Amino acid sequence: MNRRHFLRYLGAAGSGAILVPIGLSGCAVVPTGDQTISRSNHTPGKVAYGSPAPRAHAQGDGAPRMVVVFLRGAVDGLNVVVPHGDPLYYQARPTIAVARPGQANGALDLTGYFGLHPALQPLMPYWESGQLAFVHASGSPDGSRSHFEAQDYMETGTPGQHSTRDGWLNRVMDYLPPAESPLQAINVGSATPRILSGHNVAANLQTGRDATRPSMIDQPRWSQVFDPLYGGDDALGKAYRDGMAARKQLMAEINSQEQQMANNGAPLPNGLSMDTARLGRLMRHDPRIRLAFLAVGGWDTHIGQGNGTGQLAGRLSPLATGLATLARELGPAFNDTVIVVMSEFGRTFKENGNGGTDHGHGNAMWLMGGNLRGGKIYGQWPGLNQTALNEGRDLAITTDFRAVLCALSERHMRISDQALEKIFPQYAGGSKGMPDLFI
Amino acid sequence: MQAPFKQLFPSRSAWLMLALVACTLGQAQAAGPTSASAPLSEQERALHVLNRLAYGPRPGDLEQVERMGVKRYIDQQLHPERIPLPDDLQARLAALPGLQMTPAQLFVDYGPPSFDRSASKEEQQAARQRAPRELTPQFHMARLLQASESPRQLEEVMTEFWANHFNVFEGKEWVRYWVGDYEKNAIRPYALGNFRDLLGAVAHHPAMLYYLDNWLSSGAGTPGARGRFKGLNENYARELMELHTLGVNGGYQQADVITLARILSGWTIDVDAMKAGASPFRFAAQRHDNGPKIFLGKPLQASGYQEGEAALDILANHPSTARFISTQLVEYFVADQPDPALVNKLAQKFLASHGDIRAVLQTLFDSPQFWARSNYQTQFKTPYQFVVSALRAGDIPVRNAKPVNGELGQFGMPLYGWLTPEGYKYSQAAWLNPGALLRRINLAGNLASGKSPIARVEGAPAPSNTEAPPLDAAALLRTLGPAITPATAAQINAALENQRAGLILGSPDFMKR
Repeated sequence: MNRRHFLRYLGAAGSGAILVPIGLSGCAVVPTGDQTISRSNHTPGKVAYGSPAPRAHAQGDGAPRMVVVFLRGAVDGLNVVVPHGDPLYYQARPTIAVARPGQANGALDLTGYFGLHPALQPLMPYWESGQLAFVHASGSPDGSRSHFEAQDYMETGTPGQHSTRDGWLNRVMDYLPPAESPLQAINVGSATPRILSGHNVAANLQTGRDATRPSMIDQPRWSQVFDPLYGGDDALGKAYRDGMAARKQLMAEINSQEQQMANNGAPLPNGLSMDTARLGRLMRHDPRIRLAFLAVGGWDTHIGQGNGTGQLAGRLSPLATGLATLARELGPAFNDTVIVVMSEFGRTFKENGNGGTDHGHGNAMWLMGGNLRGGKIYGQWPGLNQTALNEGRDLAITTDFRAVLCALSERHMRISDQALEKIFPQYAGGSKGMPDLFI
Repeated sequence: MQAPFKQLFPSRSAWLMLALVACTLGQAQAAGPTSASAPLSEQERALHVLNRLAYGPRPGDLEQVERMGVKRYIDQQLHPERIPLPDDLQARLAALPGLQMTPAQLFVDYGPPSFDRSASKEEQQAARQRAPRELTPQFHMARLLQASESPRQLEEVMTEFWANHFNVFEGKEWVRYWVGDYEKNAIRPYALGNFRDLLGAVAHHPAMLYYLDNWLSSGAGTPGARGRFKGLNENYARELMELHTLGVNGGYQQADVITLARILSGWTIDVDAMKAGASPFRFAAQRHDNGPKIFLGKPLQASGYQEGEAALDILANHPSTARFISTQLVEYFVADQPDPALVNKLAQKFLASHGDIRAVLQTLFDSPQFWARSNYQTQFKTPYQFVVSALRAGDIPVRNAKPVNGELGQFGMPLYGWLTPEGYKYSQAAWLNPGALLRRINLAGNLASGKSPIARVEGAPAPSNTEAPPLDAAALLRTLGPAITPATAAQINAALENQRAGLILGSPDFMKR
């Protein structure tokens, strides 16, 4: 089948319900090996999910790492991974749709049906090399359209339950190998977010230029006098010493690296990339750092969100550069790392009266990693016609975000089935139904 | 048993030394002032009430309480109306215009009626930003001014306690307009009063009606059930029993949640009334479910609005409520692990007095558990208690609320900033973690420097060293008295003069109350 036939097929299918018939059970349904075909031999449907060339597992240092990037404010997943093969998409978004591939500021084609927002160009090399994937139509099953509530649910890992106090990323720490280091988890920012709240210790890495600026207690003249005050065996003394050990290690590593950078004459990158470069270098040099979290805001595009250019593009561009910087600075540790990008919910399918989109439901999760089985769109595409939409207005959810996180925890972070039930209580699904995301 | 010890201490002399050390320790404990059962000294008792009934001592407070006697101090604090508010504090509160407006005025001036839909995008965004920019800092300022400076400290402590018990989140759209009024008019006046009155004031306030969605709730199939008021919303009814009164194991079923939601259907916010300047609460009879109801096992007579009042009566006087509130009070005032005997005693007083909060607190303050040395200087302060107690100890005036709330936010305890209805916890387990402890120490250093932005009006230039000298360590030690143990004070006094104040406020002793 040639490309034109293929597109016509997709057009017809797109106005129906399900674009690609892939029948697996469970909440995460994906193309399996026998359905994946090469680029040169297009068969309807299957290609929509991508079919990267096979490649061999790449060696790292063997210490699995995970970075969670949370896009606070609900990014418009339908303009990130654009269903440009569906005319309904263009009907619903007359002024904010990302144009078809090949047109001015058009989508970067991924699968013939899906394309990437053009501002995410810096990530295309990772798609081409099979190190970038998306799980489309994914998200939290809870119907809340409140940013705060939905973020809370995604960070505690218990949608619909308010009483959970700790975050799932903190609970993951319970099941990592015993901490040899006070720096097992890093939060980029100063306030510990809900996702990392709990009884395990996470260190805060300040953002921007503040990161290298010592706080009062980092100065020896102060730590010398505080150390004996907190010399006791009680909970306060222990917390003090844990905190100081983490600070000392973090400051030493940052400063030695910033020094190196200065020696090489390399300018510090700006904004997000400054933070992700620093984080990437830290994680590359210290395999004991297993988890990291950073949040990026500014996605609540109710008004004038733009299409291939404009407000949303202006946010996606530094994000893409920041993620590419992170992957680059991780160096060989990228092979041991999976980066997951998520957001509390998606946005409405149709554009609103202000050239924006409102709070919706389904979104796409982004995955990056050296040994990711990428170059694919995972998940089951529910389609965009009226009956397929959630409450008649948003992309439906066919993959629970916890299924993806379970798959990453289990198959990448090597966490047992029983532990997953503790990390995501009340979620019976585990990673069942998820394909093997890794090579 | 003996063999391993012999291996560890092979020589007789080692055994002897161990025995000697043990003896000496035992004697020191028996004779010393910190024996676990020794009663508190008068000065320790004064510190204890200032730490638990107040947010810690300000300069001179310890001496004053010692002089007047702890019993009289407690009695006075239980009757805040007898304590005059200083003129300066009254004037500063009166200078906050957002605190003088009615909920209706706030809604009209800052809410949707003030958004001009024909205006440009920028103007519309600016209009929406007015409440967070103008109102929120005023509400925060009112809370912080009173917590740090009001002589009616127990009233402030109980205001925080009840505002947290009946938590609302200022980030939920309309709640932002009303949190100031909610605290001022629905919480503080009843903080030491009758629980049923407090429960009623909260139930009628638009901040709660909005926060837990009851204003949207309509009985199924009622004439008014349409549009956004189309269905029954159980949110408030559930939390009213689970968090406000009975407690989660208080003996109610999901059927009771639905029944209570039906009872309260029609309790709403009247937007049109607010536009006309009237009070926002309205009972919308055309949205009330008039069907027969059985609530907590008893039939409830169909009586429209009065059903809601009757349900609040039942809940306020329920034994489960007495137990639940008593448990929380013991956790707040005595220990993270509440003594069941004390909880029982308070619960009985609660029931016998029909929810007289003052009487229940009096019982608590008279209890031996409250005065036990094992409960003295043992509670790890919450971030809010830590920050306010440091401001008080250092006599640092709050002239800009934003950096205070910024710090509280970094600690994870911003004012009116807990999203979900259960509010903040008070336990050490909830707040003690390594990163937060170091942050407290850094904040202590900043406050001790005299240069904190908290103490100057927003936008004012940083003061010189003579205008704002560092805190005086000797004065701080006097203010805090036995809160800083002699051992800690000795270590602090061995440090450089200009580090001592930071060490005091950052010491493990000052983290506790």
